[in-house]
Amino acid sequence: MATATLDSEVLLDIRDLQVHFDVRRGTVRALEGVNFTIRKSKTLGVIGESGSGKSVTARAIMQLLAKNGSIVSGEMLYNRQRDDSGDSELIDIAQQPSDSQLMRDLRGGEIAMIFQEPMSSLTPVYTAGLHIGESIQLHLKPRQTVGDQMAKAIARQNRIPREEARQIAVEMLDKVGIPRPEERVVSYPHELSGGQRQRVMIAIALSCGPKLLIADEPTTALDVTTQAQINDLMLDLQEEFGMAIMYITHDLGVIAEMAEDIAVMYLGRIVEQGTTDAIFYNPQHPYTRALLRSIPRIGQTEGSRLEVIEGMVPDPFSIPTGCSFNNRCPDVMPGVCDARMPELLIAGDGQRAACLLHDPDTMQEVTRARVH
Amino acid sequence: MLSYIIRRVGYSVVMLVLVSFVGFVIIELPPGDFLTQLLTELEGRGDRSAEDRVTELRLRYGLDIPLLPRYVKWAANFVRGDFGESFALERPVREVIAQRFWLTCALAVASILLVWIAAIPIGVFSATNQYSIGDQIFTTISFIGLGVPGFLLALLLLFYVVQFTDVDILGLFSREYRDAPWSFAKFVDLLKHLWLPALIGSITGTAGLIRIMRGNLLDTLGQPFVESARARGLKSRTVTWKHAVRMAINPLIVILGSEALPGIIVGNALVATVLNLPTIGPEFVRALQRQDMYLAGTTLVFFTLILLVGNLLADLALAWLDPRIRLE
Repeated sequence: MATATLDSEVLLDIRDLQVHFDVRRGTVRALEGVNFTIRKSKTLGVIGESGSGKSVTARAIMQLLAKNGSIVSGEMLYNRQRDDSGDSELIDIAQQPSDSQLMRDLRGGEIAMIFQEPMSSLTPVYTAGLHIGESIQLHLKPRQTVGDQMAKAIARQNRIPREEARQIAVEMLDKVGIPRPEERVVSYPHELSGGQRQRVMIAIALSCGPKLLIADEPTTALDVTTQAQINDLMLDLQEEFGMAIMYITHDLGVIAEMAEDIAVMYLGRIVEQGTTDAIFYNPQHPYTRALLRSIPRIGQTEGSRLEVIEGMVPDPFSIPTGCSFNNRCPDVMPGVCDARMPELLIAGDGQRAACLLHDPDTMQEVTRARVH
Repeated sequence: MLSYIIRRVGYSVVMLVLVSFVGFVIIELPPGDFLTQLLTELEGRGDRSAEDRVTELRLRYGLDIPLLPRYVKWAANFVRGDFGESFALERPVREVIAQRFWLTCALAVASILLVWIAAIPIGVFSATNQYSIGDQIFTTISFIGLGVPGFLLALLLLFYVVQFTDVDILGLFSREYRDAPWSFAKFVDLLKHLWLPALIGSITGTAGLIRIMRGNLLDTLGQPFVESARARGLKSRTVTWKHAVRMAINPLIVILGSEALPGIIVGNALVATVLNLPTIGPEFVRALQRQDMYLAGTTLVFFTLILLVGNLLADLALAWLDPRIRLE
């Protein structure tokens, strides 16, 4: 998009992203206009219940949607920085074919992803070193050197030699805190623990120096102590490598610790986005408030029940009209919330919330109706 | 790894001994078999040479000693390469089998190669293009291939070839080479004849293997490691072949060793009978019909041996291909 511009601080700007899946029963509107921005070197936490579209958003950014899924509309503007020249160009990922050269260069090279299931995210018949080396040989180019060596490098299809790739793999394993990396580089996945496998996944992801790391519930499958270690590791590595992180989770405690910004998703929409402080201390959307009330707290009155959000996440084929949260919302305004679709509006401490309570026009009408 | 191999070989030997015992009991089982008939006939004749022959046969097959020692005697002879006599053919069993063994193997290997060369790419195509027109066509063809018995296919082909061409389709050799000693020309002649029975023998196998390959690969393509390979920016083709097919093919190795190899050697007796092929299968059927028990029993033990060796090779290949199996 030649016309679109981005703030130089912004790495990725998602605008009105819509993703549909064709299934037997019809079309599932998995994403219905998702808007958020990821800032360079910052962490955006994406939070929401199962089925809210967190993982679909991540896969849309990677252009890795399942065959029956398609990006119907919207933009995903990626601010690509050329390391050599310092110039930046704007790429609309939504327009790139999944198997294009550009997309393959971005995937793994500039936008890396780690997954929910470290136990099965590595091909069982290949060693940790092979996985890392594969990525390095694919994305990193040999350093330009003079004379013969350069000619050799070009002759070798401009690839980093295998031995050097292995060396980098060992360094990366060391960086992600795997003990005795020289030995572990030839380990097969089944010889590693779940935590170690996720560390290897992180090593693969970071080996090519990505600008954005998408972590899709990276610690869900791990036990609590390992979870904390992996999260600490990601924060340390973020400091060292300076990449932005999109951290998907349904764990509010983790997100508070990891993220600078938070986007709250509900049924394929962002209902609130803002800084972590704003979201936690001054939530503006009823859904966010309900989520926060459902966390157990130290000092909670003994014997008191944990608050739950009323009702269930609706079936994807019977999403309520108007605001999709209206059937579970404690602050619902009958006749208003089921008729009108709220947009993301500035509210509270500078965050944006998609709730009609923050829409001045709607509220004026409501007040007028009450007076009459 | 070494201890794994030794253990597997050990199991195979135990299995072979057990099966050979069953084979031996089968040899002994039928009343009125060739040996009994021969002995009755000889005794009936009652002259000196006939009596000598009776004594010799009783001694050779240990007819006067109990079952177990007799088995040991038979097994000891078997190990030494003396499989007894085919009474119907009046030749040592060893000669009968040796004559047919290599041709049977050649045919089996040719069939298996054809099966794999055809089935793997088609299976991969079908899985990566699930529900496409191509997949539907291959699926239909493979179901027909699975449903039509090999011998019927052989008959149809035979009819077609004899009716419309002048190709000499019967047997594995042209008339002039049939009894000729081995030479390069005879080998070329064999290759000319081999492809057709190999093709027929491989059709059912190919159809089955396409289904299995397609199913396995579809399972594998849904695995998280395939998605993470794509997320690393690998080309689709690399993801499919280097990561998905590489994993999906492992179970096929087991099928190759435990079903395909023995199946093609043993199971195509019917096809071989129709096409008049000089392989072991039809001879085994004939031996059973004539109650030529030493030939039948020996063939049975050989079949088992092939099955066990096939299994062993498959297990070793799998251990070599899949590090998870190499656990001590």
